[in-house]
Amino acid sequence: MSDTTARRAALEEALLPPIVALAVVLVIGDLLILAYGEAPGAVWRLMLEGTWGNAYGIGQVLYKATTLACTGLAVAVALRAGLFNIGAEGQLAAGGFGAAIAGLALPAGTPSIIATPVCIAAALLFGGMVAAVPGVLRAKFGAHEVIVTIMMNFIVLALLNYVIAAHLHVPETLHTPSVHAGTIERIGSVIPAFHGSAVNWSVVVVGTAVSAVAWYLFRTRAGFELRAVGLQPGVAEYGGVNVSRTWMRALALSGAIAGLGGVNFVLGYKGYYEDGFAGGAGFLGIAVALVGRNHPLGVVIAALFFATLSQGGLAINAMVPKQIVEVLQGIVILAVAASVPEVRRLVRKAAGARRSGMPTSMPTATEELRAARMSGDQRPSA
Amino acid sequence: MTLLLFLAQTIRIAIPYLFAAAGGALAERAGIVALSLEGYMLGGAFGAVIGAYYTGSAWIGVVTGVWWGIMLAAIHAVCTLRFKADQIVTGVAINLFTVGITRFLLQLAFDSSSNSPRVAGFGGDNIGGALALVSNPLVWLGLATMPALAFVVYRTTFGLRVRAVGEHPLAAASLGVPVNRVRWVAVLGSGALAALGGTYLALDQHQFTDSMTAGRGFIALAAVIFGRWDPVRAGLACLLFAGAETLQIRLQAAQLIPSQFVAMIPYVLTIVAVAGVVGRSVPPAALGRTTD
Repeated sequence: MSDTTARRAALEEALLPPIVALAVVLVIGDLLILAYGEAPGAVWRLMLEGTWGNAYGIGQVLYKATTLACTGLAVAVALRAGLFNIGAEGQLAAGGFGAAIAGLALPAGTPSIIATPVCIAAALLFGGMVAAVPGVLRAKFGAHEVIVTIMMNFIVLALLNYVIAAHLHVPETLHTPSVHAGTIERIGSVIPAFHGSAVNWSVVVVGTAVSAVAWYLFRTRAGFELRAVGLQPGVAEYGGVNVSRTWMRALALSGAIAGLGGVNFVLGYKGYYEDGFAGGAGFLGIAVALVGRNHPLGVVIAALFFATLSQGGLAINAMVPKQIVEVLQGIVILAVAASVPEVRRLVRKAAGARRSGMPTSMPTATEELRAARMSGDQRPSA
Repeated sequence: MTLLLFLAQTIRIAIPYLFAAAGGALAERAGIVALSLEGYMLGGAFGAVIGAYYTGSAWIGVVTGVWWGIMLAAIHAVCTLRFKADQIVTGVAINLFTVGITRFLLQLAFDSSSNSPRVAGFGGDNIGGALALVSNPLVWLGLATMPALAFVVYRTTFGLRVRAVGEHPLAAASLGVPVNRVRWVAVLGSGALAALGGTYLALDQHQFTDSMTAGRGFIALAAVIFGRWDPVRAGLACLLFAGAETLQIRLQAAQLIPSQFVAMIPYVLTIVAVAGVVGRSVPPAALGRTTD
């Protein structure tokens, strides 16, 4: 009885904020579309048709979701360890760069059964190394990882820009030459319906990685320690967990996952590294993790949602500026972030009432008092 | 003469940093993570151009620019203070939202995806270099901001309350300080200040261009942290970062150091500052915690 109550409360806590956000987004989206002088219904329909309405659209959504799942999962894994990784943008770029470097270093004609894993490993390594810096600084010097990861973004992007612009670019462009080996085939070459869309077999690689991370987090000792550190570092330490090492491991893993996202663009889509390809996908990873409630499955669903918005923007560009989706993405994040604590409070209150046999519509005076105290400003309860 | 030009260019680059870093220092001292300075600046730049464009007055532009900053900061305050949303997530969202909404409105108002038409600014069009600088009231305001903020933070009741709610909100509350109200004022103030930085930028260039703040809000945040959350030190950090940029521009022809490495300076220094064993930057104790 109490178990099902708890499960129901957990489900409500996870599902209500995105529903609230969706409602807010629909209303604000309607207003923006009306401001532009178009009919909201027609625009939303166009967005759906351009994304999930045909194989090309689905392919594009899957392609974008592949990168977002990586950056989202990267942020989620770090958050599970109680760390905020805002550096997924730089880690994603570094991962893509690593894959390209490996692909350029390998001799042409290397069989892809060898070349592709080598390139993927390079992406994981480069992304992981970038994130290891804040991990080590946090563990050894107590430097706050939020500050260090933000600053690392700019440093990594400037460094990559320098390497490309000064040493590695094809003249007149800001991208490297095409890799010699390790490219990943597009799905369109096997399933003709997807022809023309960028979706490639990286989606399978990333899907496997998501499952592996889920298994790691919830089925291994190291994953349990990671989550324990995230919940209560002091208690975890007391229980014999090496908190510093767990932090470093979590951030390195987080960076490696973000770096894996670079494979999708570099090996699966273009065949070369291009300056600025990350294009905000790292920052959107924070939104994906938030909406996905730091759960691998939730991250995948949230990645599909944000990818749909992003691809949908292109679909509706003929009617309203595609920038409308950037506004909506921001609103989704704000709405979810703002409703999570509120929903948690309400759900727990309701669950508490159910457990003690009280009807939810009639909270007791104690309940009301407690709720008032919880929602009130910082006045101490004593 | 070269020195004077160097100084003039440094100040010109430093003004947006000074405004935004003042906003950052104010918010962070009150315990609110200032990740959205970039968004406030961009919104301020857009608001200023809208005001200046439709009225032809740079002063109206300043007012509308600041208004945009306050409105964006109000969204931040509602989410984090009223609904206890995570401050870091909210900050990132404000930045994303501002990029989107300015692009959308740029399209709506001027039918362009890249820039606005030319708008009025301060100082005549024909004054060049250092003279344009001294004739711009925002430059003087910018230079006065940090000393003024230092006075407010260290010498006024409001400043004492700001520091109290940033260090120990419960203790402040037990003494009757209205914690959330102080934080509201600090957040709105940080939005207004950072938006002034964007306003200066847009009026100086006489137009709004897409994402024109280009990471300046984060450099300002770096200055706040590098300056150990102290207004005067943060102001000096702004001047230091701007000086490095000026040096790089001056030495560009010589190709001594690649520009990307000069661009890294603020970020590297900030990491060193937060990780440093000696004289480490320690943030306000309650930074980022509104969920108590």
